[in-house]
Amino acid sequence: MTVTREGPLPGRTYDVVIVGAGVVGCALARELARRPRLSVALVEAQDDVGQGTSKANTAILHTGFDAAPGTLEAWLVREGYHRLGAYAAETGIPVERVGALLVAWDEEQLAALPRLAGKAERNGYGETSLLGSDEVYAREPRLGPGALGALHVPGESIICPWTTTLAYATQAVRAGVDLHLNAAVAQAAWQAGHHLVTSRGTLRARRLVNAAGLHADTVDRLLGHEDFTVTPRRGQLLVYDRLARPLVRHILLPVPTARGKGVLVAPTVHGNVLLGPTAEDLDDKRATGSTAEGLAGLRDKGRRILPALLDEEVTAVYAGLRAAIGQEDYRITAHPEQGYVTVGGIRSTGLTASMAIAAHVTGLLAGTGLDLGPVREPDPVTVPGLGEALPRPCQRPDLVAADPEYGVLVCHCERVSQGEIRDALAAPIPPRTLEALRRRTRAGAGRCQGFYCGAAVRDLLERGLAQADPAGRGPSGKGWP
Amino acid sequence: MAVTSPRRVDVLVVGAGPAGLAAAARLAAAGAGHVEVLDREAEPGGVPRHCAHGGFGTWTRPLTGPGYARLLAEAAARAGAVVRTGVTALDWAGAGAPGAVGLFGPGRPWAADPAAAGEFGAGVPDGAAAEASPTRTGRPCERTAAGTGPCVSTSVPLAGSGTGRVPLGSGSGTGPALHVVGPGGPETVEARVVVLATGARERPRTARLVPGTRPAGVYTTGELQQAVHLFGQRVGTRAVVVGAEDVSYAAAATVRAAGAEVVALVTEHPRAQTGRARAQTARLCHGIPLLTGTTVAELLGHGRLSGVRVRHRDGRTTVLACDTVVFTGDFVPDHELARRGALALDPGTRGPAVDGTLHTSRTGVFAAGNVLHAVERAGAAAGEGARAAGAVLDFLAGAPWPDPGVPLVVEEPLRWIAPNRITPTGPPARHVLRTGAPLTRPVLRIHQDGRLLHQERPVLGTALPNRTLTLSAHWYDRVDPKGGMVRVSPA
Repeated sequence: MTVTREGPLPGRTYDVVIVGAGVVGCALARELARRPRLSVALVEAQDDVGQGTSKANTAILHTGFDAAPGTLEAWLVREGYHRLGAYAAETGIPVERVGALLVAWDEEQLAALPRLAGKAERNGYGETSLLGSDEVYAREPRLGPGALGALHVPGESIICPWTTTLAYATQAVRAGVDLHLNAAVAQAAWQAGHHLVTSRGTLRARRLVNAAGLHADTVDRLLGHEDFTVTPRRGQLLVYDRLARPLVRHILLPVPTARGKGVLVAPTVHGNVLLGPTAEDLDDKRATGSTAEGLAGLRDKGRRILPALLDEEVTAVYAGLRAAIGQEDYRITAHPEQGYVTVGGIRSTGLTASMAIAAHVTGLLAGTGLDLGPVREPDPVTVPGLGEALPRPCQRPDLVAADPEYGVLVCHCERVSQGEIRDALAAPIPPRTLEALRRRTRAGAGRCQGFYCGAAVRDLLERGLAQADPAGRGPSGKGWP
Repeated sequence: MAVTSPRRVDVLVVGAGPAGLAAAARLAAAGAGHVEVLDREAEPGGVPRHCAHGGFGTWTRPLTGPGYARLLAEAAARAGAVVRTGVTALDWAGAGAPGAVGLFGPGRPWAADPAAAGEFGAGVPDGAAAEASPTRTGRPCERTAAGTGPCVSTSVPLAGSGTGRVPLGSGSGTGPALHVVGPGGPETVEARVVVLATGARERPRTARLVPGTRPAGVYTTGELQQAVHLFGQRVGTRAVVVGAEDVSYAAAATVRAAGAEVVALVTEHPRAQTGRARAQTARLCHGIPLLTGTTVAELLGHGRLSGVRVRHRDGRTTVLACDTVVFTGDFVPDHELARRGALALDPGTRGPAVDGTLHTSRTGVFAAGNVLHAVERAGAAAGEGARAAGAVLDFLAGAPWPDPGVPLVVEEPLRWIAPNRITPTGPPARHVLRTGAPLTRPVLRIHQDGRLLHQERPVLGTALPNRTLTLSAHWYDRVDPKGGMVRVSPA
């Protein structure tokens, strides 16, 4: 297993280098790991997998019912829904099939529902049904007044985005993929092979896949292509406390109309409730901050949808930048002459589609003349059980009896035990920052935001890092303390 | 969840802070049987564990926070209480209501007063409460000791003639029970009485909806004090402290103790909400500026905090360069267990509604300390714990559980009052309350159904936000137990 964070990159020439360890890059790394004859590297500019757009989405496993029919996105989302659903069941990634309601609040939205049902049919999804107002309130009694009806999409599900990326990456690394973190690609040259100049030195590859997300256009230009421009579209989201979870049962989706998209209210597999996102086109690919106007707007919309939600505590506010490219489809392009594939324009559906994108891109790589070799399924992985639908480790007598550290709670709001933190620190891709630890364990993600546990969790992280790195360099600069 | 039958104790206290330890000490000393205190932290003592400053104890015996915590823990143990640390109460067991976590929805016994239902449940569609708390509708009746008591949970009229209060029975056959977990594994503990003393915490940056990036270096006082005093961790070099009340000055002292500089104290209020001497010492001796009428508009920086943008009341903004920011004060009760147990909450305090002798809405469950009023000083919490113990002893001796009583509410700009139910069990030693805005030479007027019951000056000078105000209770005999809400308004 090779995970590097510093020092020069290996001098070997990889068969495939993937740029970007987001959910798409990690899914592809895992897919290529099924081909043991290939040597594969995954390079990432940041200090962890899933650190960009992949960590800040709406955490929904989409059926693809509302995609534009006939597009690549529609196909890959539909395909990815089934693939990821099966993979989640296998690895323990939490998924809850709660279903979605597209709630109509005015006549225009109500009139749009049958059209959406028809669109779902064209996308191969025939399980939708139209609900009258009474049925809507029977299903969602805490909904604000004025709902006229809804389209029910029973297959829409919620999923844990963090452990999805982590499962892919872990399985890939265990099966021999090299993961190089903190290696930002600065230059790329093609000369009978790829020479990537990164912040950690040069990396050579026979084939290159650009899964750089927000920066896919920049990497594409390094290879001489001017096909598209990524305009970051910011989505701010509010996460409400677990005590709000009983207020809502379905994913409450807005009905898209000519006057724009509304916001959604959705439960999360971690037991929270999400409200968002905004949609703001920006220039700055680092503008992941929230704004007073954005939050006020979300709260206004949320108050109408689920009034009681506004009484609950907000445990997190985050903003993700969608990699919008000005077209309503993914842009996945092979350049066989360069041995290069661009995976561009992967928007909010990318989490759902990730495994299908990976399979599709693998096919494109084969089309560039790459001999994939035989398939050997990698060893299965199991991710930490972060979901609320099943008992947390501390609630399982068998587990605590076998290992009392699972009974020692450190983060009380989220009921994270010392045993889970220890496991995360000993994993193949260990966290180096509190934020990375939070994505793996939920430690510190609760309503107190560290009032009770922050110092204790940091202490465990620092000890874990000191053990892994006796030279005492401590946590990487970004996250301290 | 539990694999074994419940373990039985006489009194289970949740939370080994000042209130819980004081209650346990008195109960054990009075022979209440097996008295057990649970605390999820590794050491008992609650918040004082990490308040490494003076101001605890008494005039004759001044103590630091950790010293005070040790004293209380030793006293409880000496009296015979069992203090178990590293043990978390997860949820209620059995006839409790796991998942019943609605905030102020109607349908709880203590919200049964029609007026109160309006106050507590505004805007919630009918039937919503039953949906939100599914176990309520299917919950078996709690029987009184004689087995003839009325059902307390299902047949409460939500609206009606005003006689909707339900007499609650005494000493129920099966007491409340909690699922707990510790290094020994999960277990269920059943008690004749549960005392909730789960305390309070500061609201963090997220709950305050402060916009900006999500950098490292953002603290509450609680986290900061533990980082510095319990773990010896380094904090940044330049810190902005948000707030200018007592706890904010304590946070500033902790920043200085960690070898860092306090850039400024920032408060939305027009002046500091602490004693003059303390405010002047910070400003004059330590050179810490106080920015009044100022709010934090945005956090800046990627990875590590690089500054906070502040906005003055007049609209001007400026950036204070810093690598650390401490959000202080803005305390809220840690009410998760209260909500999971479907206890009626007070909309003002957001803690359990209690009467003068600290009965909650649920038979056999008392509450004490800062879960009722976030926050009072440790000594006040301990005193309240001891008072709760007195009521627990009465209940164990057969005293009936009180009726829901008459709600006690405050009017703007007052924010909350505790205790907040008036029942015949007797008045509290005093009420504590808070104002949201400064009040010059205030007079508190207490009315019921338009009738003036009492008026009182809580302070001689100006009543400030975030400072304790008190109100006597010797006017309880004038309250009509069948009347409407009792209202406290400033004049």
